[in-house]
Amino acid sequence: MSDIKIKITDREGVLHVVDAPTDMNMNLMELVRSYELAPEGTIGVCGGMAMCASCQCYIRSDHHLPEKSDDEEAMLAEAFYVEADSRLGCQIHLEPSLDGLEVTLAPES
Amino acid sequence: MIKTDILIIGAGPTGLFAVFEAGLLQLRCHLIDALAQPGGQCAEIYPKKPIYDIPGFPEVLAGDLVKNLMQQIAPFQPGFTLGERAQTIEKQEDGTFIVTTNKGTKHHAPVVAIAGGLGSFEPRKPLLKDLPKFEDKGVAYMIKDPEVYRDQKVVIAGGGDSALDWTIFLADVASEVTLVHRRNEFRGALDSVAKVQELKDQGKVRLITPSEVVRLTGEDHLDGVVINRTSDPASDIHLETDHFIPLFGLSPKLGPIADWGLEIEKNAIKVDNTLDYQTNVPGIYAIGDVNTYPGKLKLILCGFHEATLMVQSAYQRIHPDKRYVMKYTTVGGINGFDGSKKEAPKAVVKSID
Repeated sequence: MSDIKIKITDREGVLHVVDAPTDMNMNLMELVRSYELAPEGTIGVCGGMAMCASCQCYIRSDHHLPEKSDDEEAMLAEAFYVEADSRLGCQIHLEPSLDGLEVTLAPES
Repeated sequence: MIKTDILIIGAGPTGLFAVFEAGLLQLRCHLIDALAQPGGQCAEIYPKKPIYDIPGFPEVLAGDLVKNLMQQIAPFQPGFTLGERAQTIEKQEDGTFIVTTNKGTKHHAPVVAIAGGLGSFEPRKPLLKDLPKFEDKGVAYMIKDPEVYRDQKVVIAGGGDSALDWTIFLADVASEVTLVHRRNEFRGALDSVAKVQELKDQGKVRLITPSEVVRLTGEDHLDGVVINRTSDPASDIHLETDHFIPLFGLSPKLGPIADWGLEIEKNAIKVDNTLDYQTNVPGIYAIGDVNTYPGKLKLILCGFHEATLMVQSAYQRIHPDKRYVMKYTTVGGINGFDGSKKEAPKAVVKSID
């Protein structure tokens, strides 16, 4: 097992501490869906192509994350409720260095 | 009134393939879609992205898949009501249905197949106070009739293809076009970006970037927007305009279908996956991403399978007295409603001396 812990605050403000596998080629958006922390159809709408921003979240811990790709930058530039620490969950690949990551899901829009 | 055998709601890959399977059973189909073109998400969201899990296609672009499906179903002459959203459904005394769109187009069919994917695509509206107040009074989220903007001042917001394309188009129509975007970079086809650059250099359109429309002004009708420049947040620009068109993409909503009395779970329609993907209302089926059942996977290939089984059940519903067994296309060929015929070439039987 190579699980890490991720702290996710859902859209209702409820905190969930969940186990996340790092060996399943999963991203943060898929993790949220696998634990059903946001209703189906309201997150990961485009399937993870950085093309809908339904998985936008705010990074609340100071983990080092990979730089945003051009696609992610462009999508966030058209999304709503965007903050300085906004990221698209689908672009954050789950890996061991993210153990203890804290995120808050952005409102649905 | 449009009459057909199977009324398909949603012209994505699943809905399109249902036309083919129905055609093999001599059933005619008509499709309704809120988007202006067939293909659903494949055409609207990711036409240039590859798909790797369509059986028999090691790799196919989503847009090409749609093109292929349209070609495959052409002999069965499907009808289309595009750019309209299915709004209401009324069950008739004889068990058939009348589906009416938001524009009042009526469709009559004994079987309705909902292949609505994630729902109909609705424009994403920016979070601006007073935005609803000015809807249709200067604010529009899509451009239906460009002539409305002739010799008018227009402000467009957004950084994608539609913002670029409409900026280019309206440059020749409107008296003044201003494009506002949060970044200097735009995400669109290379030639549209280049064209907007050219129009800007010629002084035909004005670009205000990186910036954002933060307020709308006007009494009954919009008369201006307040733009905040990212580089100088303290000084707002007030720009007089007749129209504000925010183009921030589309997001799917299940919409009116949610009120059709169908059993809904997790934003999807519950169906009988042990048999024919029928909903709790006999005669209404749901196939593809829009349905749910134990073990459901939202894959195009699953939608194709569901469409195939749905059509068999629809046939029995429409022709309860007819006997039928499934026939392979290799054996039966394709007999289009347009009179076209496709069949396997006959093998040559000839003796060799």
